[in-house]
Amino acid sequence: MSTPLSRRAFLGRAALIGCSAAASPLIPPVSLAAAPWDTRIVVIILRGAMDGLDALRPYGDPALAEMRPDAMQSRGDAPELAGGFALHPALSPLMPMWQAGDLGFVHAVSTPYRQKRSHFDGQDILEAGTSTLGASRDGWLNRFLQELPGVASETAYAVGRGEMKVLLGAAEVSDWTPDAALMMSPQALRLAEMVMEEDPAFHAALSEAMALSDEGQGIMAPENPIERDMRATLRGAQHVKIAEFVAGQLRGDTRVAAFSLNGWDTHSNQDRHIEQSLGRLADTLTTLKEVSGADVWKRTAVVAMTEFGRTARKNGTGGTDHGTGGAMVLAGGAVRGGRVLGDWPGLSEADLYERRDLMPTGDVRAPAAWMLRAAAGLDRSVLERVVFPGLDMGADPGVML
Amino acid sequence: MAFSPELAEIRFGCGLSPVLPAPPDADAMLAGLQGPDTMADRYPIEDFDTYNDRVLKQGDLARQRRDETDDAARMELRESIRQASRDANMARGTWAARTCLRWSRTDTGFRERLVAFWADHFTAIGKSALLRYASSSFVESAIRPHVAGTFADMLIAATTHPVMMDALDQLRSAGPNSPIVAKRGRVQGLNENLAREVMELHTLGVDGPYTQADVRELAKLLTGITYRPRLGTVYLKDWAEPGAETVLGQTYSAEPSIDNVHAALTDLAQHPATARHLARKLAVHFVSDSPDPDLVAHIEARYTATKGDLMATYAAMLDHPAAWDPRPANVKPPLDFMASAFRALAMQDEPIGSMPFPHLRLRIFVPLSLMGQPWRAPIGPDGWPEDDAAWVTPQSVSARMRWAMEAPQRFCPDLPDPRDFVDSALGPFVTEPVRFAARAAESRSEAIGLVLSAPAFQRR
Repeated sequence: MSTPLSRRAFLGRAALIGCSAAASPLIPPVSLAAAPWDTRIVVIILRGAMDGLDALRPYGDPALAEMRPDAMQSRGDAPELAGGFALHPALSPLMPMWQAGDLGFVHAVSTPYRQKRSHFDGQDILEAGTSTLGASRDGWLNRFLQELPGVASETAYAVGRGEMKVLLGAAEVSDWTPDAALMMSPQALRLAEMVMEEDPAFHAALSEAMALSDEGQGIMAPENPIERDMRATLRGAQHVKIAEFVAGQLRGDTRVAAFSLNGWDTHSNQDRHIEQSLGRLADTLTTLKEVSGADVWKRTAVVAMTEFGRTARKNGTGGTDHGTGGAMVLAGGAVRGGRVLGDWPGLSEADLYERRDLMPTGDVRAPAAWMLRAAAGLDRSVLERVVFPGLDMGADPGVML
Repeated sequence: MAFSPELAEIRFGCGLSPVLPAPPDADAMLAGLQGPDTMADRYPIEDFDTYNDRVLKQGDLARQRRDETDDAARMELRESIRQASRDANMARGTWAARTCLRWSRTDTGFRERLVAFWADHFTAIGKSALLRYASSSFVESAIRPHVAGTFADMLIAATTHPVMMDALDQLRSAGPNSPIVAKRGRVQGLNENLAREVMELHTLGVDGPYTQADVRELAKLLTGITYRPRLGTVYLKDWAEPGAETVLGQTYSAEPSIDNVHAALTDLAQHPATARHLARKLAVHFVSDSPDPDLVAHIEARYTATKGDLMATYAAMLDHPAAWDPRPANVKPPLDFMASAFRALAMQDEPIGSMPFPHLRLRIFVPLSLMGQPWRAPIGPDGWPEDDAAWVTPQSVSARMRWAMEAPQRFCPDLPDPRDFVDSALGPFVTEPVRFAARAAESRSEAIGLVLSAPAFQRR
């Protein structure tokens, strides 16, 4: 199912963007010059292990009927893609994106992690980007930044209230979340800086909070009682607010953003739970597209990846247990969508990993590495040795335009 | 590096209080754990037996609604069912307030810290209907009574508790070859989630010597335990997988019985890998993200020697000099930060005791979420991070400072004089810049907020 793509596409695309940006007077003001490169990379970590077989259903495989009899029942509602695959009905809102060539998938991929099927180790290795667990504390996306010139504090954002290990490391990264703005009087702020001075970690966090809260007029004292400000933070869905925030940053100098979507650990009653999580994923991607605007979206590549897949069979409680091979999602105007990549291993029991999980036939890091290569022109050897140590990127699957 | 009362109260307790004395020595800290639990009596939080009445009541309403044919009556019953959920949801506000009062008023701060530690270790967030709001009741029933007992007893209580079984999908797990599954009804087979997390998170640790096969075997051994609202935790023989299971090389009886569950959990509790896992986790939580290996080894040895006697294990932690490194180390997680602020402010039973839920929500729950620690709602069963870096982010620090400057006056209308507060809150850890800030701030509430924001208050 792979399609090769030559590297000239990257250069060709850059030239094309230059033309169209100059041609249209309606394009919103987006930043082209300040960041060292132009393509925006968004990494979404799907925490809890997304069931790739449900999100991206392989109806073309006759064994699906035996493994997932209930998926057969909703086949009529599952939008068909290509190569025998169809989307879970909850991802239907993404069909326009698929048809526009802005959405693609890679199936039967995994990290190098095997055996214990721990979420937390699985996420650690996914975010570290290493071949073995504990080989690095840094995240692969931070090591990518370390290889690039001109990275400033606004180049990369880790967004949300939870930790994003994928962006941990020596390169400068901003941590922020919507609704987090600092509010206090100028005098309190001066004193706060003084109080924090003795503790480098707190001092750095405060300085960053000050920089990120300042929208040109300095930090302001709160105008409203705390209850009113807190009530305001309750409005709107968190994942949509995060996507809006990220899209807003991508319109400026930000080139890299990472955040999490949770709620994939569907051990029971999967039909109900995954529908909600996939709905949030669809909302997130459509919000990124809409708020970033056509001009930024076409330079954006989003990759959504998860720590591992789930068991091929449903378990005894209408859910699935921790597995191995899974699916990854690629989106954005900069990706070559409209395709399901990957080597399909088959779902017959003999084809499964340990007779229970989808056999991983590809490394989840490889498409991400090709994406980074196209976005910033890094050497393959740097990607295979530094960003994703020990990875064999293999043949170029042509994930980017 | 020796014991000091202030350090003991900050590192192992709920922080300094201007009205309650710090413990004079480690023996007093341990003796407090064996004394009466006065805070649980004074600030009651619904235990699970009481909470279960809510579940029964809502179940009755649902049954009545199913049998009701009149549309208007059905609508009314539906509203009653929803009201029962709202009531349980809002009760969480009361329990959060009482948790804060316990931190503020206790003379055995170590107990509150241990309850928080083990509640996090055994993170259990129910999934179905009303059980999603039952986390505090789970802690009250399965964790709190066992913090001064043996780890095996706590492990059994937590693992077989309805909320944990609901959280980790045990309630409908049945042996693939069990009589109930053979009937081809709604009960279809095994779920391995609880078994995996018991080994990975609660006992051996992810580096422990277990395999996927052990996970499956333990999952089969656990079949039979489930929950019936009218009976509590039950063992259903016809749900149990027939035959003997072998977990970590130990084969348990082929006769289905809850005794097998207890035996397997006890063996796991006393396994050397569990001793190692828990010793490290205690040292990391209470002392430092990178604890002295000798401290960990010392705790581990005592745990092993006493087969998981928790009092002996805590005593080992407290009698090791590395526990008393006088430099402030770990960053308080947001709830501990907030609750220790209440203690430093000597918060009284009122007004928090009669604050309506919407206020508690805006003054406690939303700020905790902004700080990164929504009330009893970590993302996964591994609970909250121990790593300081997870808490010292710009957004979390911003949220802490906003709360510290604006919220305390809502809970303590008579804020203390900041010039006194700086000493009573920080004790010997006060620094000149903080003392200056407390004096130089424009308003009392900002001064209090600055003291609470000081790294010497945020660390322990």
